[in-house]
Amino acid sequence: MKFGVVVFPGTWSDRDWGHVIQDVLGADLVYLWHKDRELHGVDCVILPGGFSYGDYLRTGAIARFSPVMDSVAEFAAAGGLVWGSCNGFQILCEAGLLPGALIRNRCLEFRCQWAHVRCDQPRTPYTWRLEREQVIKLPIAHGEGNYVADPETMRRLERDGQIVFRYCDPSGEPTSEANPNGSMNNIAGIVNSTGNVLGMMPHPERCAEAELGGIDGLALFRSLLQAASSITLR
Amino acid sequence: MRQIRVDRRKLREVALTPGEFLEIVEKLGRRPNRVELGMLGVLWSEHCSYKTSKPLLRQLPTEGPRVLQGPGENAGAVDIGEGWAVVFKVESHNHPSAIEPYQGAATGVGGILRDVIAMGARPIALLDSLRFGPLPDSRRHYEGVVAGIGGYGNCVGVPTVGGEVYFDECYADNPLVNAMCVGLVRTEQLKRARAESAGNRMLLVGAQTGRDGIHGASFASLELDRAAEERRPAVQVGNPFLEKCLLEACMELLACPGVVAIQDLGAAGLTSAVAEVAARSGAGARVDVSRVPRREQGMTPYEVMLSESQERMLIVVEPGRESDLGGVFTKWDLEASVIGEVTADGHLVVVDELEKVARLPVTLLTDGAPVRMLEGRPPLEQPSSTCGDRLMIQPANMGSVLVRLMGSPNLASRHPIYRRYDHMVGNATVVPPGGDAAVLRVPGCRLGLAMTIDGNGRYCRLDPYNGGQIAVAEAARNLVATGARPLAVTDCLNFGNPERPEVYWQLREAVAGISAACRALSVPVVSGNVSLYNESEGGGPIDPTPVIGMVGLLPDYGVRLDPALKADGDFVLLVGETGNDLGGSEYLSVVHGDLGVQPPVIDLARERAVQGFILAAARAGLLCSAHDVAEGGMLVALAECCLLGGRGVHCGGLRPDEDVRLDAGFFGESQSRFIVSARPRVMPELQALARRHYVALALLGLTGGEAIEFDGQFRVNLAELREAWENALLTP
Repeated sequence: MKFGVVVFPGTWSDRDWGHVIQDVLGADLVYLWHKDRELHGVDCVILPGGFSYGDYLRTGAIARFSPVMDSVAEFAAAGGLVWGSCNGFQILCEAGLLPGALIRNRCLEFRCQWAHVRCDQPRTPYTWRLEREQVIKLPIAHGEGNYVADPETMRRLERDGQIVFRYCDPSGEPTSEANPNGSMNNIAGIVNSTGNVLGMMPHPERCAEAELGGIDGLALFRSLLQAASSITLR
Repeated sequence: MRQIRVDRRKLREVALTPGEFLEIVEKLGRRPNRVELGMLGVLWSEHCSYKTSKPLLRQLPTEGPRVLQGPGENAGAVDIGEGWAVVFKVESHNHPSAIEPYQGAATGVGGILRDVIAMGARPIALLDSLRFGPLPDSRRHYEGVVAGIGGYGNCVGVPTVGGEVYFDECYADNPLVNAMCVGLVRTEQLKRARAESAGNRMLLVGAQTGRDGIHGASFASLELDRAAEERRPAVQVGNPFLEKCLLEACMELLACPGVVAIQDLGAAGLTSAVAEVAARSGAGARVDVSRVPRREQGMTPYEVMLSESQERMLIVVEPGRESDLGGVFTKWDLEASVIGEVTADGHLVVVDELEKVARLPVTLLTDGAPVRMLEGRPPLEQPSSTCGDRLMIQPANMGSVLVRLMGSPNLASRHPIYRRYDHMVGNATVVPPGGDAAVLRVPGCRLGLAMTIDGNGRYCRLDPYNGGQIAVAEAARNLVATGARPLAVTDCLNFGNPERPEVYWQLREAVAGISAACRALSVPVVSGNVSLYNESEGGGPIDPTPVIGMVGLLPDYGVRLDPALKADGDFVLLVGETGNDLGGSEYLSVVHGDLGVQPPVIDLARERAVQGFILAAARAGLLCSAHDVAEGGMLVALAECCLLGGRGVHCGGLRPDEDVRLDAGFFGESQSRFIVSARPRVMPELQALARRHYVALALLGLTGGEAIEFDGQFRVNLAELREAWENALLTP
């Protein structure tokens, strides 16, 4: 399977994703420079974490205009796998590939910590190896991960099972205390209505090796590797 | 003899003394013009020239078998094996942070990153040593600095993995912000910022040059006064996004043929950068200020040469190769222009198109500052203390004292701070902040790098020689507690105005102490920074605060130690000896409102023995946990082991030697001690090892339960301790 990791100016999780894809999973990797439209035949596009363009205006607001995003949008529309984490999630929302927006954390501070999240939608190519309501532990590192959407969108997300991850306590309860950023309905990650575009604030690439404190992120990568081998995308 | 007129007001503006001015006139054989005077002023400032501290710094050991680069470059470098070198340096940004806490701290981080990049290394970690006045009064400084460090480091994508913070009245007007950066580079790719041969081109890359930060270096070498507020333009504004682009571009440039050197533009801006790369090769340089891209209109050559605009780098490239680099600059949307070239005549010549505006010998700029031999004298007034009589009263309940100490801002959990810093980006942090030292893995091998930054101004106020030694020993102990062998030191010397004999004496004593400890523990100093004039009107000088950054090596990062108690039924042991060391302790300050007279005694031979024992025990796999005993003493260290491990400990009553007070046994800050835990079955082997190292090993108790209990003395629930410890630094 071939992953394409998009690099915007100000992206910094690209090397971490690259390390996991190549060194941990042994999969194929190509970095996709934001100024290039060519996706080099990848099976999955990664939009990694960082501060694209410094995020000075609004997170992801400028990155969505990069040439590569046109190709990513076409790729997603054709059913291609697009996986955004952290800044990548913010960019996906700005680009309209996912509904809603990510605003400043409720505490008004950056948060770097481990967070428990509950998988509420295992029927996606990213999560099928997880059980429904399985609790996993993933790192977060963001100042603007507070998910908001209008009531109609929230109703649709809940009704159609598009909420993939919710912040929760270790037992799986999505409590207010377990919500690190104030997200509506404790949302940590969502998919689009066709399930091929996933946006999430946590960093799965930071927990794919035991020595970094946890391997729960591997379940997502492994789901994807096997999904890709069983479905033809193009 | 010709009379030389001295304009004191003009000299004050460039922070030169009349004596220095006369020296310049004599060496130059003429009066310098205004641009030249400004350039000399910044480079002759203490910040750039070390004119006051140089004679003292010479005594520091700077060499060792692994040292690839000692002081004198942008950062030090040490060989760690497997083809890698670790590059690191600490630098102060105290004065800017006092005026504008957020930007002062942010640009401090930016500057130290560029120092490491200039060595060809990729920055892998940041650490910070901070000092503020007591909360809540110092909240503006504290909040701004913490936010600034996070704002810059998080955006640029380099993890902030460690640091320290203390609160004391002496820092109320003059907070300390020392930032340290650690980087990695393949040994064969280590760069030196040398101009090399005449004809090489100099490119200025990155931010446009503005009027910000003019006289920053001079400003850092003056006391803070009311007029400091008016010098606000001397504080620069950071752009971490640009820094990130600059970082990646520099990494790509290093792979381009023809790139000779990269030099950071920091204090004293273009003047310093050009003079330093030229001086290191005994060359000269010619700079055309008209080619420097400006952010503002109407800037004079003087302003261009002295601007401290951030996020700029000077690239030296072989002639004819400039255009090969264009692709990198275009890729990262960076502005780059050839602003000058290396010459052979040993002079720095500044022109504005065709007009010559300055011509100075490079060595006059970089090495010409007359070394100042100042007078040092111990303070006439010895620290006064009432501890003799007041301390006769020992607290009735040591448990409630422990709760109070755990909630003291100087000892409380730093989690509310480091959770605001991304400490995981880079996928290398195997031991996150919160223990004695962070540990990062080295790519592609099993090597681990432990890193810490530490200092104690209170000890140094009482006895700067002792305090200097302790700063080094304590930093080494932090590393050893992870199982790492200390490699080398970077030091940041934060002191008051050295023209005061008692401050110069403090500096001299502290450097002697650091030097002695570095020799005894075989850790050379490979880089550093001096920050003097940390005083404020009315507030007087800060406590002498030498801060030690240290990096250590683990042969296998998977085999390491941390402070957390691991399992019930383990033995908890105190390694080292306990004396009546209450002077300068947090206990004395919090409970008795007193400083004391003498700081803890340190015996470097014993320190070395204890560290050797811990490393040997760690290597032999005999220990389950290890924690350095520091501020707060044995009981606070023990409580941290319990809280981090989520389990209590049950001890027999503490019975110190008969001449040691009970409170000193619990809270005294005797040096060269560790709290360790071990499985009961390894005890014979551990005891034999301790004997072989001539190290005292005392059984304190057994792990288990939900409390810390000393039979017949006190019992405190961990929940109560956790509440005090975790909440003290939370924003109300």
